[in-house]
Amino acid sequence: MNRLWSVLRWREFPVAAALVGLVILTYSVNPTFLAPQGVKDLLLNATILVILAAGQTLVLVTQNVDLSVGSVLGLTAYAVGVSFATFPGIPIIAVFAIAILLGGVLGAINGLLVSVAKVPALVITLGTLYIYRGINNAWAGGKQYFAGDRPDSFGNLSVQTVLGIPLITLIALVILAIVAIYLAGVRSGRDLYAIGSDSDAAKLYGVPVTKRIFAVFVANGLLAGLAGVLYASRFNSVGATTGAGMELQVIAAAVVGGVAISGGVGSVVGAALGGLLLTTITSSLTAIRVDKFWQQAVVGALILAAVVIDRVSSLRMTRRLRVSEARNV
Amino acid sequence: MRQAATDLFSTLGVPIDPDRVAAGLSIADQQIIEIAKAISLQAKVLIMDEPTAALSGVEVDRLFSVARNLRDAGSGILFISHRFDEVFSLSDRITVMRDGRYIATHRTADVTIDKIVKEMVGRDIDQRFPKTVAELGKPVLEVTGLSRAGVFNDIDFTVCAGEIVALAGLVGAGRTEVARAVFGVDPYDTGKVLLNGRLLRPNRPKAAMDAGIGLVPEDRRKQGLVMELSVARNVTLTLRHVLAKMGIISGRKEHTLAARWTKTLQVKAGSLDNAVSTLSGGNQQKVVLAKWLATQPKLLIVDEPTRGIDVGTKSEVHRLLSDLAGQGIAILMISSELPEVLGMADRVIVMHEGRITAEFSRAEATPETVMRAATASTEVVA
Amino acid sequence: MSEVLSAEIGAGRSTATRVLTSRGAVMWYLVLAVVIVLSLVVPRFASARTAGFLLLDVIPILMIALPMTLVIITGEIDLSVASTAGLTSAVMGVLWARGMNIYLVLAVCLIVGLLAGAFNGFMVTWVGLPSLAVTIGTLALFRGLALVVIGDNAVANFPRGLTTWATSKIGTTGIPVFIIIVLALIAIFAVVLHLTPFGRGLIAIGFSKEAAEFVGIDVGRAKFYLYVATGLVSSMAGIFWTLRYSSARSDNASGLELAVIAAVLLGGISIFGGKGSIPGAVAGVLMIGVINYALRLQRISDVVLIIVTGTLLIASVVGPSIFEWLSRARHDRRVHKDLTITANTPLSPAS
Repeated sequence: MNRLWSVLRWREFPVAAALVGLVILTYSVNPTFLAPQGVKDLLLNATILVILAAGQTLVLVTQNVDLSVGSVLGLTAYAVGVSFATFPGIPIIAVFAIAILLGGVLGAINGLLVSVAKVPALVITLGTLYIYRGINNAWAGGKQYFAGDRPDSFGNLSVQTVLGIPLITLIALVILAIVAIYLAGVRSGRDLYAIGSDSDAAKLYGVPVTKRIFAVFVANGLLAGLAGVLYASRFNSVGATTGAGMELQVIAAAVVGGVAISGGVGSVVGAALGGLLLTTITSSLTAIRVDKFWQQAVVGALILAAVVIDRVSSLRMTRRLRVSEARNV
Repeated sequence: MRQAATDLFSTLGVPIDPDRVAAGLSIADQQIIEIAKAISLQAKVLIMDEPTAALSGVEVDRLFSVARNLRDAGSGILFISHRFDEVFSLSDRITVMRDGRYIATHRTADVTIDKIVKEMVGRDIDQRFPKTVAELGKPVLEVTGLSRAGVFNDIDFTVCAGEIVALAGLVGAGRTEVARAVFGVDPYDTGKVLLNGRLLRPNRPKAAMDAGIGLVPEDRRKQGLVMELSVARNVTLTLRHVLAKMGIISGRKEHTLAARWTKTLQVKAGSLDNAVSTLSGGNQQKVVLAKWLATQPKLLIVDEPTRGIDVGTKSEVHRLLSDLAGQGIAILMISSELPEVLGMADRVIVMHEGRITAEFSRAEATPETVMRAATASTEVVA
Repeated sequence: MSEVLSAEIGAGRSTATRVLTSRGAVMWYLVLAVVIVLSLVVPRFASARTAGFLLLDVIPILMIALPMTLVIITGEIDLSVASTAGLTSAVMGVLWARGMNIYLVLAVCLIVGLLAGAFNGFMVTWVGLPSLAVTIGTLALFRGLALVVIGDNAVANFPRGLTTWATSKIGTTGIPVFIIIVLALIAIFAVVLHLTPFGRGLIAIGFSKEAAEFVGIDVGRAKFYLYVATGLVSSMAGIFWTLRYSSARSDNASGLELAVIAAVLLGGISIFGGKGSIPGAVAGVLMIGVINYALRLQRISDVVLIIVTGTLLIASVVGPSIFEWLSRARHDRRVHKDLTITANTPLSPAS
């Protein structure tokens, strides 16, 4: 019985409950909501956001933020288009590698500036958001690559399914699992939580803070690169404006999923659920025939709710600790 | 991993579920986890810094038996504490430090509490303090029954106009917490604070300031000053509303006021516009004092007023406090330096672990009586 | 235990020198230099037309940059400003389309801004939530409400008199009349920040919240007022935007918050709080506006500007960081030397 109650205390419980509740509610109003095609579209749309949210979780946990992910996604997606156009017949795996590595390099620049120059990540990644977007614009100009410009096998990744789940979603799930295990199980992953809670204490414990923060931004860049290549597979065009504005959606997904902006808590699973929830809301609202205009407002309300819940539970925690810590005076 | 953790915990005699979250554990259990961590790293030396501050009797016993087991297994333990009964119960050797310097090491079996106390206190307490005996006026500050759960309990004391009352005790006794509660930075649960007979609203520093209280805080750099701002701005920060005519602050008046007070206190700063971080510790403290004196307080609380200050400025500050008392200001001085306490105070109130353990007049206060009350040790001096 | 560094610094610089060499002042020199260079190099730059379009473009950003400067100085942030402007625009459109008196509409819009700001302020100061998280939430919420209010529609037929006035210029100078309102705002915020007790308090909060509390400053209340002011000014910017383009849409002013923050940071306001000035913020906004306009005249795409903005932003924060690191390294070396001397000084006998 205690185990059951402890489930309620999971950080991920609110978002999981919201997701389940939303799906059930929508299904009861409109059963076509869970038709195979609908589910497939849902998963496809969520995939990109989920990967980006997973990467952002790594960054947020260390009490940083990466606003440049939208621009990174745009650049890497465009690089995919360029690759297929310049090197016809290039193996798909090579294209994956190019995009991911490019993302990693862009992330490394962020990581270097944040960890070494000790400038707040908010400012740095705001700057790189601009710079990377500018490079994307400069490179692409008005040009766009369309579905016809990429090999069918590549586009098929988003169409073919295994057990009803699209291939790119499966790729995302594998990546998710790897990152989740890293954060929860590997020593250097757990260090990230220490850094985000109290980086001075972490330093005292011997955690190599600078190295970890750099690595986290690189990892986020790699994941954004992966998201870029999957984006190019899923959507019909990539150009200068691809990914613009995604960064706030990504942060929203993570926050709703229980990853605190102030660092130190949260999980990739939660962020993924958050991304899934946000994507589901769009379809849900259409299915219930609620004005799609409500979507943004609902997202905003969810973010605020998530932050308030986080605050309330942390207040309770502090009070409990203070009482238990109190001397018998 | 889980098995190793469970084994460790059973070795330590503590059944803790390895899967549970660390938050919410009792302090005692948290400490056991810290020790387990050390053992798992195969620590040869374990340093415990004031580990029993938040523990009760049973938990202390458990901690000590764990420590003894570790010692018997070959590890070395460095136990930092000021609780004599525990020090004498647990340790094999005792090292005394004072003012950042090493004093002596003894075998526990061969030394008495009395000797330790003497070494902690030192002999240089015969300095003459420029203390003028002031005429005592009416009570300015009256604190009754002040309590805050887990921090301090049932604090009663009075400070009269022209009086310097020292609040003595060891670090962690709760003196700063009492001062902060009186001034309003922290809340308190029960009790009353009266200033010149009027009840003071709790938890509102502005109310305290308006009533005429000034607090020179313990942490000069983080609480007493805004390090990045200039000397002038820091000195006038408390009077910013007074300096404004029709809402606009006159830069000239600001400067004049700052110049007057820095001159009075003889603050050595190249220019009033230099950042206060460029000043020496002594001069920084003078700026903090200037800031509060400019408000013409009726009660001045000073928390460790001469910590981190050179000897010359130290005696300047003492003279200043003495003069202020002479002018009729009530002064509550928190200090961990026995010589300062004994030299400056008209009365000494001693706190230990959140309670007042003793109150001495100037004549009654000696290093031994104060230290004894501060450590609540019961051994009687021959 | 004695303090090691006892050397006093020599005579300080005069007030005039300090102000003239401050980061804000430097930005102004740069802006003026850029304007001069561009006037010489770019044809048609130095004209009344330029002044007109440039300033009209820059007005919303300039307006919002003012309270944003104060917010960032106290160590917080507000990402929802553009959404507040958009929401205001939407409300304005819908109410006008329903036939409400235009002045009543404007009044309601300002109230919307006040309420939006108050909501942010409440969440940050009373509930105690981190401002970055809250304003990301309200960024979405307010923009979402704008969508709910006006949907896909655009309302265009605003009173001729007002829309012409919004874009009208002073005589032949090309300077928009609206600038007078903006100048008044600049004056108000500059005076508040630099010359009032409240402003002194804000700066103290930004540098050291604890020290501010210890002198009786009510940190929560101050920040609340700032958020309300930000909401109000954002709604004013939204009204201007709507009148200038004579169009109320849900996506008006989209993305403006990043431009405002980038400009403010460029103008020397420190993201850590405490440091910064209104003149500096104004210079930052003008710098970006001027370069942007010149590039467009030359038909160079916005791309270059975007890259330049980003690079300037990063340079403007990394630079001081490196400088501080260097001076701290020098300071540490000096202290280390002195401490070594002290440690090696024999202790006078105590017994």
